[in-house]
Amino acid sequence: MDTNLALVLLLTPLLGFLINVFFGKKLGKTFSGIVGTLSVVVSFAVTLYFFGYITVAKQPIQIILFDWISISNFNLSFGLLLDQLSILWLLFVTGIGSLIHLYSISYMHDDEKMHTFFAYLNLFVFFMITLVIGSNLLVMFIGWEGVGLCSYLLIGFWHKNQEYNDAAKKAFIMNRIGDLGLLIGIFILGMLFSTLDFTTLKTAISGATNLNSYWLGVAAFALFIGACGKSAQIPLYTWLPDAMAGPTPVSALIHAATMVTAGIFMISRLNFLFDLTPEVQNIIAIIGAITALVAATIGLVQNDIKKVLAYSTVSQLGLMFLALGLGAYQVAIFHVVTHAFFKACLFLGSGSVIHALGGEQDMRKMGGLKKAMPITFMTMLVASLAIAGIFPFAGFWSKDEILITAFEHNIVLWVIGSVASIMTAFYMFRLMYLTFFKEFRGTEDQKHHLHESPSLITAPLIILAVLSFIGGLISLPKNSWLNEYLAPIFRKVTEEEHTLGTFEYGLMAIALAGAFIGIGIAYSKYIKQNSVPEEDSKITGISKVLYNKYYVDEAYDVLFVKPINALSGFFRDYIETSISALVFGLAKVTNELSFQGKKLHNGSIGFYLFAFVLGLCAIISYLFLAQ
Amino acid sequence: MNVSLLLILLLVGAFATYLAGDKLASKVALFFSLAVLGCSIVLLNHFNAGENISFINQWISQPNISFALQADGLSLAMLLLTTALTPLIIFSSFGNEYKNAKSFYALILFMAFAMAGTFLAADGLLYYIFWELSLIPIYFIALLWGNGDAEERKTAVVKFFIYTLAGSLFMLVAFIYLYQRAGSLLIDDLYKLDLTASEQLWIFLAFFLAYAIKIPIIPFHTWQAKVYQKAPTVGTMLLSGIMLKMGLYSVIRWQLPIAPLAAKQYMFVFIALGIAGVIYGSIVALRQKDLKKLLAYSSLAHVGLIAAGAYTLTLDGLRGAVLQMIAHGFVVVGLFFAAEIIFRRYDTRTISEMGGIRSQSPKFTSMFMILVLASVALPSTFNFVGEFTVLYSLSQINIWFAILGGTTIILGAYYMLKMFQHVMLGETNKKIFADVTLNEGLTMVIIVAVLFFFGMYPKPIIDLITPSLENILTQINRN
Repeated sequence: MDTNLALVLLLTPLLGFLINVFFGKKLGKTFSGIVGTLSVVVSFAVTLYFFGYITVAKQPIQIILFDWISISNFNLSFGLLLDQLSILWLLFVTGIGSLIHLYSISYMHDDEKMHTFFAYLNLFVFFMITLVIGSNLLVMFIGWEGVGLCSYLLIGFWHKNQEYNDAAKKAFIMNRIGDLGLLIGIFILGMLFSTLDFTTLKTAISGATNLNSYWLGVAAFALFIGACGKSAQIPLYTWLPDAMAGPTPVSALIHAATMVTAGIFMISRLNFLFDLTPEVQNIIAIIGAITALVAATIGLVQNDIKKVLAYSTVSQLGLMFLALGLGAYQVAIFHVVTHAFFKACLFLGSGSVIHALGGEQDMRKMGGLKKAMPITFMTMLVASLAIAGIFPFAGFWSKDEILITAFEHNIVLWVIGSVASIMTAFYMFRLMYLTFFKEFRGTEDQKHHLHESPSLITAPLIILAVLSFIGGLISLPKNSWLNEYLAPIFRKVTEEEHTLGTFEYGLMAIALAGAFIGIGIAYSKYIKQNSVPEEDSKITGISKVLYNKYYVDEAYDVLFVKPINALSGFFRDYIETSISALVFGLAKVTNELSFQGKKLHNGSIGFYLFAFVLGLCAIISYLFLAQ
Repeated sequence: MNVSLLLILLLVGAFATYLAGDKLASKVALFFSLAVLGCSIVLLNHFNAGENISFINQWISQPNISFALQADGLSLAMLLLTTALTPLIIFSSFGNEYKNAKSFYALILFMAFAMAGTFLAADGLLYYIFWELSLIPIYFIALLWGNGDAEERKTAVVKFFIYTLAGSLFMLVAFIYLYQRAGSLLIDDLYKLDLTASEQLWIFLAFFLAYAIKIPIIPFHTWQAKVYQKAPTVGTMLLSGIMLKMGLYSVIRWQLPIAPLAAKQYMFVFIALGIAGVIYGSIVALRQKDLKKLLAYSSLAHVGLIAAGAYTLTLDGLRGAVLQMIAHGFVVVGLFFAAEIIFRRYDTRTISEMGGIRSQSPKFTSMFMILVLASVALPSTFNFVGEFTVLYSLSQINIWFAILGGTTIILGAYYMLKMFQHVMLGETNKKIFADVTLNEGLTMVIIVAVLFFFGMYPKPIIDLITPSLENILTQINRN
């Protein structure tokens, strides 16, 4: 029964994909959209069933379907693991996934390849489910690379534009750098424990007495590199902002709410490993904090509405990694969930705006949309308040947990996290003010067409806004449902519970004040002074560095892309020809020798006699000398 | 069923094809190749039922040479690869017109005969004869039906012929020496030989020269790209899909078990050479202008990894190598076929003259995309199973081997996606690109289905090859 249901959960999106691939065109746009959406809704429904089951039974379900790959010291089966962690992830993957599919029915309706779009989205959900419910690292890896593939396909969805194709390619390759790390980690774990199965690994690692801490550390670090690729952390983050080339629902689903959290999922899944490698945990925390700050500073000056959100995502993911590095897995997961709500809402809202403006993404050409698009405005406002960390919105609770945890471990990390949060509040309200307030700055033509989006678009927005508002309820301080729910997964869950003293209230107050400061600065700049960001050419000084994202892309280009291409040209034009010349040069040498040899036999008796005498002399003199 | 029947059927097929005349040649060849595929499946069933598949007959009494054919799981896997790809390759050529088609298709079957013989032979001399025999048909196929400037083609093909022949001569010398020692060239007798370390080294190196050129392992690869480019696509498929596996197979079957001491002593050198091929091939592939040449270098990278896996002398390495050989055989045939499909429509192999095909041909694009993904070893494709196993085996020898060999994951994605972008994507091409025909589609679908099926369920192949690889491994570790 459970096996069949798990298969329904896993395979319905795949079925949706196949239907849309083979019959999508014949079905017509609306119908293909409905098929796509329904297949995810079914998965969501099954997930709800399993959620109910696990809350009551508290026992994970493990299913082994068939033998997959054989390695000499262990077998890898294709198996599924449904426990608290994977079901939680499934809830928001399929839940938010359903909403975004629904939204896309309207959003993509004018696109001629709508059925392809839904096919890819379904395929993505299928791989994401595989990633989450795989019972061993390698099944997870199928999903891990599979979602990367879907991300590639969807970023380059409008494949006539080579810039988009470049972005897609970049995302895939950068992810693959991480994937190599992940594989190396897998190899080491396989070598150390002769298993890749999560449950067995946990027993093996927790029960072992003398672990090789060096190799354990290397494995954890390699796995973390994998997480960096997928979850866009320094130094592998630059693909994510470029990924905004894809249609906006994709940015909401894949590049904000679900796929990019895969790294956090993997580290949480292997928490028992990371707990034993404090050095790697420190690295994770530091990288997370730096990413949070760096991405936030870039977000301060971006003018493309989706780019702001993209850097915001990188920054928020950084905060989650900060929490992971501090061993506060459930805090990181809490933020994953609330972030999924408000960031999906923000992206979908920005999509609604872009839709209304006929594709315009530059905030300098927006403004004053509040009246024309009240629902979009209100929902995005709620989500912005949530991400800014205003009480009592969802983001307040989760971000606060991260900052308090950081404070307890290291004050520097707390400062970095807090500064990043203040910046977040600023750039989010900069976005809101530039988009919705003051006068409209676009063309007359656009102005006439301004309209609120249809209900298929606004309904998901409203649901997500509500969740962004109340999402904090799942883990209130002192009374955390989430912590209790996840208790079987993590070892140290009780230790992380905070006592709520004046001190914690003080930290909360500081965080809240910080958020208001950020919003206040944005208010005075964009409402009071009514300023609009300058033209690209007029941006100077530090803003220019930030606007150009610290020139990291350019640096990578000079450091990696250009050299490897130059090397390729050098190999192609010089090394290849030289090796060839060398090999066939040997043949030529032989040829030449035989030619010279042939010359000796020229039939001249005189020459033969001369050689004969010379040889005789040589022999005689040798014999004499030998005596 | 007698195993020699299969070879006879191929030979008969070649004659029948020639006699059938130009019009019918392709169909007769397809018929016979399918019949042979059927035979090899029957053979597989017999084998799985526990039957001993061998045919040993005294051939020459002085010197003592036997006509010995023998099939274990490994041979059968390679035989099936050959007999499955041959009809596929023949079928893929159905859209083309060849002059003197009867000779063309007869040569294909003749080549299949020689290659199948190589995988089955259990006597050194017989094996050597099959090995060399396979060169003749491909020489003519490439020379007479190839493309591009005739003079340039001739240089490339003759170079290839002489080069591989020269390498193989060293192998012959090694066999003659082995005969002196063993008094027979039956593989079982050779396995029993007790050679000193220095004898093994010389034999190992002599074999290595023959195989390194055939596979090819850098720096012995320089014949490859040009020949792949100049040969007709059918020839390229035969070369890359099956023939280069003869070299890899021979490493596992002949070189390692006969000279294990040398293999162990210099393991690091040969693994390093293989991995160097991975990196070098990938980087050179990055900026190729000709689609077929690009695929040739990608092939160089892949076989480098396979060779590295085989030279680890571990069960994982050998098993991964064999799995990857089969997976690569299918994917590379598919990719060269994709290049051919484009050539049929655009009459070019230059990447810069392509682009904007995707919007015109969704079916072709999807299948090409899947092949590209299989080639970069996306999990759930067969190639992942092989690549993962090989990389795992490398990591157990030294983690750096896995890291360096693993760069194929990154570089492979780079050159393949770059190629795909420039060949398929971008503004719709002004030249019309008709989507795949039924025949073309069928060929592609079969390949894609094989890649996915064994990607998710490689167990039948793993079960088939593992016992024989374990035997070989026992042989390698005998002293």
